[in-house]
Amino acid sequence: MVDGWFRDGGADGFVLLGTRCADCSAVFFPREDGFCRNPGCGGEALAEVALSRYGTVWSYTEGRYRPPPPYAVDPDVPWEPYLLVAVELAAERMVVLGQAAPGVTLADLVVGAEVEVVPGVLGDGAATWHWRPVGAAR
Amino acid sequence: MSGAAGDIAVLGAGMHPWGKGGRGFLHYGTVAARAALADAGVDWRDIGSVVGADTVRGGYPGYVAGASFARALGWQGARVTSVYAACASGAQAIGTARAQLLAGLADVVLVVGADAAPKGFFAPAGGDRQDDPDWLRFRLLGAVNPVYFGLFARRRMAVHGETPEDFALVKVKNAAAGALNPYARYRTAVTAGEVAASPVVADPLRLLDICATSDGGAALVLSSMDFARRRGVIDPVRIRAVSTVTPVYPRTVLDLPDIATDSAIAADPPPELFRASIARAAYEEAGIGPGDLSLAEVYDLSTALELEWYEDLGLCAAGEAVKLLRDGATALGGRVPVNPSGGLASFGEAVPAQAIAQVCELTWQLRGVAGARQVPGARVGITANQGLFGHGSAVVAVR
Repeated sequence: MVDGWFRDGGADGFVLLGTRCADCSAVFFPREDGFCRNPGCGGEALAEVALSRYGTVWSYTEGRYRPPPPYAVDPDVPWEPYLLVAVELAAERMVVLGQAAPGVTLADLVVGAEVEVVPGVLGDGAATWHWRPVGAAR
Repeated sequence: MSGAAGDIAVLGAGMHPWGKGGRGFLHYGTVAARAALADAGVDWRDIGSVVGADTVRGGYPGYVAGASFARALGWQGARVTSVYAACASGAQAIGTARAQLLAGLADVVLVVGADAAPKGFFAPAGGDRQDDPDWLRFRLLGAVNPVYFGLFARRRMAVHGETPEDFALVKVKNAAAGALNPYARYRTAVTAGEVAASPVVADPLRLLDICATSDGGAALVLSSMDFARRRGVIDPVRIRAVSTVTPVYPRTVLDLPDIATDSAIAADPPPELFRASIARAAYEEAGIGPGDLSLAEVYDLSTALELEWYEDLGLCAAGEAVKLLRDGATALGGRVPVNPSGGLASFGEAVPAQAIAQVCELTWQLRGVAGARQVPGARVGITANQGLFGHGSAVVAVR
């Protein structure tokens, strides 16, 4: 769906890709390729970097209503609620939002619990990322 | 410029009632503008500048709201401005008018905002726009506005131990106030049981925890203090501050429309969060503090978000918002009523009109003409809201 936001199949498995400023080391996701946004930096050299694969739940919610376009849904599949998880990455000191992997329910989530990033697909088959509680069944 | 030296006068305030009226935004704005002009006793042809708060709906005229309203009221050659800042558009329109008045570019300015909102969730503009973070959050995540409200609410539950029942009490309070406001869309009392029985939209928030999308319009006639005096208005409601600050990097709280926060590894997070900085900037400009407030109008896009504003406005310490609410301090009759208009809970949101409507409510409260919802002896009021992409706005009005 979005070029360069994640990579699957490398030595580290599935990872989200951000960029890191060569001057101040700030990390950006979604990737920032033009100019560092740290007001005290001004750097222009941003290199691709894999984000931490594990994080902790900052918050979560379950959407019960179908979002409007451009959210992609398969019209042949009955609408089901979906979970969104905001995940705190300790190394990057940032929070990244994503959908929970299929099968994860509200009861599986708690603020502070460990989650990992896994590959996923959108309603139209496009690739994306999902968060899944560590230890949950695949 | 701070304190009385930066004062401007509110000569007139006007609204079109909120609802789903089936009319275009120009109709709502024109009704509100005519009401504000009549309230001010100022002829439209004497207005030196018109500032329109833009709506992305209504097609091309919505994007050039200032000129569209000027045309609807009858071209008369005024200076014209159109401003867009999402939910903060109305406050930015007021800020623009204030800057023009204080700079002497105009003596009397008409500010107008109006919207004709679609039913259901707000959605981004159409097309395939992968360079737009607002489009991407819908496309990739289905992250409609209420899911962000749900994330904030769940986070407050985890950090402060709040419950959905606590959140429901905000709706009960605001619905009770809105029932007394002829401009509100919803004018009936709501019980905690009714909130609990409404369907979940974004867990833990239910339909009655989240504000609706509405049609509506609001307008103000603002002038220099000299103009007001020349008109024989000796003691007008005065706007003393308009805060329009951005966040400070790194912004560490996930918020609309972002998919991720800034990283805090290259710079430490600022000592205060964005919403608190919005209020602080207004307090500093006005030379007042939270203890001076008679009332506040805040963006209660959700019940849980109103609690957050209590803390960001400095009405109480972090985590103590529910105590303030349960003590009745923020209800009509309390120490510092919040959303005596009924808030977005009772109005629904008409995006570019809402921040102007907040100042209309302050105006009526400070004049002492708010009827059954009047805050006795109101002298100082603040409004607060936040717009997409880091627009923060608060207005302080005094009498």
